[in-house]
Amino acid sequence: MTLDHPVALAPAERAVQLIGGDLTEKSLRLHLEGLPGVDAVGLEARAADLGTRSIKTTSKAWALDKIISLIDLTTLEGSDTPGKVRSLVAKAMVPDASDAATPRVAAVCVYGDMVADAVAALGSAHSAGRDDGINVAAVATAFPSGRASLSVKLSDTADAVSAGADEIDMVIDRGAFLAGRFGLVFDQIVAVKEACRRTDGSYAHLKVILETGELTTYDNVRRASWLAILAGGDFIKTSTGKVAPAATLPVTLLMLQVVRDWHNLTGERIGVKPAGGIRTSKDAIKYLVTVAETVGEEWLDPHLFRFGASSLLNDVLLQRQKLTTGHYSGPDYVTID
Amino acid sequence: MTFLDYAPAPESTAVLSLRASYGLFINGEFVDGRGDGFTSISPATEKPIAQFSTANDADVDTAVIAARRAYDRTWSKLSGSDRGKYLFRIARLVQERARELAVAETLDNGKPIKETRDVDIPLVAAWFFYYAGWADKLDYAGLGPAPRSLGVAAQVIPWNFPLLMLAWKIAPALAAGNTVVIKPAETTPLTAMIFAEILQQADLPPGVVNIITGAGATGSALVNHGDVNKVAFTGSTGVGRAIAKSTAGTGKKLTLELGGKGANIVFDDAPMDQAIEGIVTGIFFNQGQVCCAGSRLLVQENIHDEVIERLKKRMSTLRVGDPLDKNTDVGAINSRAQLDRITALAGVGVEEGAERWSPECEFPTAGFWFAPTIFTGVATSHRIARDEIFGPVLSVLTFRTPAEAIAKANNTPYGLSAGVWSDKGSRILAVADKLRAGVVWANTFNKFDPASPFGGYKESGYGREGGRHGLAAYLETSGWAAPGRQADRPKTSSKAISKGSQE
Repeated sequence: MTLDHPVALAPAERAVQLIGGDLTEKSLRLHLEGLPGVDAVGLEARAADLGTRSIKTTSKAWALDKIISLIDLTTLEGSDTPGKVRSLVAKAMVPDASDAATPRVAAVCVYGDMVADAVAALGSAHSAGRDDGINVAAVATAFPSGRASLSVKLSDTADAVSAGADEIDMVIDRGAFLAGRFGLVFDQIVAVKEACRRTDGSYAHLKVILETGELTTYDNVRRASWLAILAGGDFIKTSTGKVAPAATLPVTLLMLQVVRDWHNLTGERIGVKPAGGIRTSKDAIKYLVTVAETVGEEWLDPHLFRFGASSLLNDVLLQRQKLTTGHYSGPDYVTID
Repeated sequence: MTFLDYAPAPESTAVLSLRASYGLFINGEFVDGRGDGFTSISPATEKPIAQFSTANDADVDTAVIAARRAYDRTWSKLSGSDRGKYLFRIARLVQERARELAVAETLDNGKPIKETRDVDIPLVAAWFFYYAGWADKLDYAGLGPAPRSLGVAAQVIPWNFPLLMLAWKIAPALAAGNTVVIKPAETTPLTAMIFAEILQQADLPPGVVNIITGAGATGSALVNHGDVNKVAFTGSTGVGRAIAKSTAGTGKKLTLELGGKGANIVFDDAPMDQAIEGIVTGIFFNQGQVCCAGSRLLVQENIHDEVIERLKKRMSTLRVGDPLDKNTDVGAINSRAQLDRITALAGVGVEEGAERWSPECEFPTAGFWFAPTIFTGVATSHRIARDEIFGPVLSVLTFRTPAEAIAKANNTPYGLSAGVWSDKGSRILAVADKLRAGVVWANTFNKFDPASPFGGYKESGYGREGGRHGLAAYLETSGWAAPGRQADRPKTSSKAISKGSQE
């Protein structure tokens, strides 16, 4: 890559507006490398500090209901079957049969070939563009590794969209990113975004999974977040859940700071989804606090914040029952799926 | 109500079992002081907490006599490892009673429970653990073979970190083999008295630590007492200067930890979000009532506007109010007098033409409160850029080059602390090297550790507390003899010096 032969990139609207019309690998690199650095110790200290907030009584009750409404209830196993997906969907629609006031989750998240089963099981509860229903999210682009040709990734995406997926959770090519080929990662996101286009011209929402556990440095996470937004992502998501560490509070805080800066710069709101590793209400409440104190309370909305989780829901339901009844029940008082 | 109006999460005061009145702790027992008693109030509510005694000159004398007796008969004869055992025991008791101490400190001082729980009290325990380890290793402190204790140490401490300053003073003094008479500040005597109970629990020999309460007159009587060998003071530069004068020529070894006007230098390549946090920690931690506070923000001119915009947004999320609420970030000012001083100096800032800004804050009706405040457009000649305000007030100045940043940072009569924010390690080292301040933090601020020496240049005082260096303040090193012990020691110092000059 030299100045003489700049490699032109796909003219994604946000990137063109911010970086300029002559969007190239080099101009993208200069832009990403010009972002301010992240001090790891300071970032982790701030996250730990936010984690000490004490959320009690009415605030806790509100938080628990909010957490449920932000969950992407997830099953991503090789052993998934239509039966397992139907069971997941039933839980998504009625998380706690003993309390009809329990909110529904935001979405169910499945592999692409399970989308049709999920849509069928949801029936009229499927949002299909409405605000009051449950979305179907599909992981795509050779999830979780992303190691496939672009054409395979695009048809993976298009398949899920045509089967009725409302949201696509794509993975970035971490190998390309770590090798410094930012332009390749960028172009792939732009292409997948285009593959999210439905026949009627509308788009499935695109969540871009950075797999922060493989990017390893906070500077990389900031650059990848910025890159994903520039390329057109609607959400930035921490992890596949298949790599440790998955979501952490410092990484999520950092991604929220990127989203806040983007909003200050453009007025546009980008969503954030921490996924994997958030298993308890106590942890999830720390994330709510971090969202509210970093980007503001308006981000505590399914359009702008999600938890990618499976076991979290039951812990929240147990805590919720405790608040309602005044005593703890046990794991046999919530359904396993 | 919105989520961010977190429901109240008050720490319970039920853990406290306070007495209605406290005496002086002399020779291992609580005795009544002969001066007029006084009441300590909670600065967040102005409600009385307990009665305290005032030690008059006769009480001070009794305390020093007790300390001298304990030094001669017990403490100076104990082995280092036995002294260490007592210090370890004190450290463990502080940990066991940490919650009680945190609540008491917050009640009496006004600082948030979050800080007493997570910073003050854990550091108190850490200080005792650290110096407990030194007690039997003094030969290896780099002060020459078999360094000797000084005798009786007179210690006067401030109200901003009441128990932590007590630990900074007592732990190295006892580890080095001295006995102590200490006076906490008159607005914050509570945790020192609970600490006295801990000393009883620890079965510390009577007289090794004596705690006397009272105001300036008590402190003056203590540091000027003829039979103390060492004076350690933390507080204002004015009082420190008076102590330096009155102890001059007495042979008392003196360490002073005084005021500051710390510069927090933010370069344009700083990690921005963390720098904003560091600015907030630097000036709003403990309501800015910190001698090493980063009260002058020196920000590179090309990022000034962005930094101020981000800082204002961050300040708007600070939660000011009931210090006992676990979600409170900024608590009450310690006293009416301090509030008046902060208010007056902030008024001067406006008169001088600087632009004042504070987020909207709702304060309780009673108590002493001051909103987190920044002044922009401050010139180096302004009083708010030179005088120590000792409150949550930040003066923002700009610079263009590293050389200018260093010059402005050093252009103060003080020299206690500074901070440098940059992603470039070589720049941090180069700048830190040229800053005349006892502590320079890099990409952080207001972090304390018992292993790290702390102290000032210029009018910020002299001597170091903490670390190996902190031991030197309480030990007799070669070429120096303590008063009262000169008689039984041959005068070797002049020989040592002439020997040294021959080499």
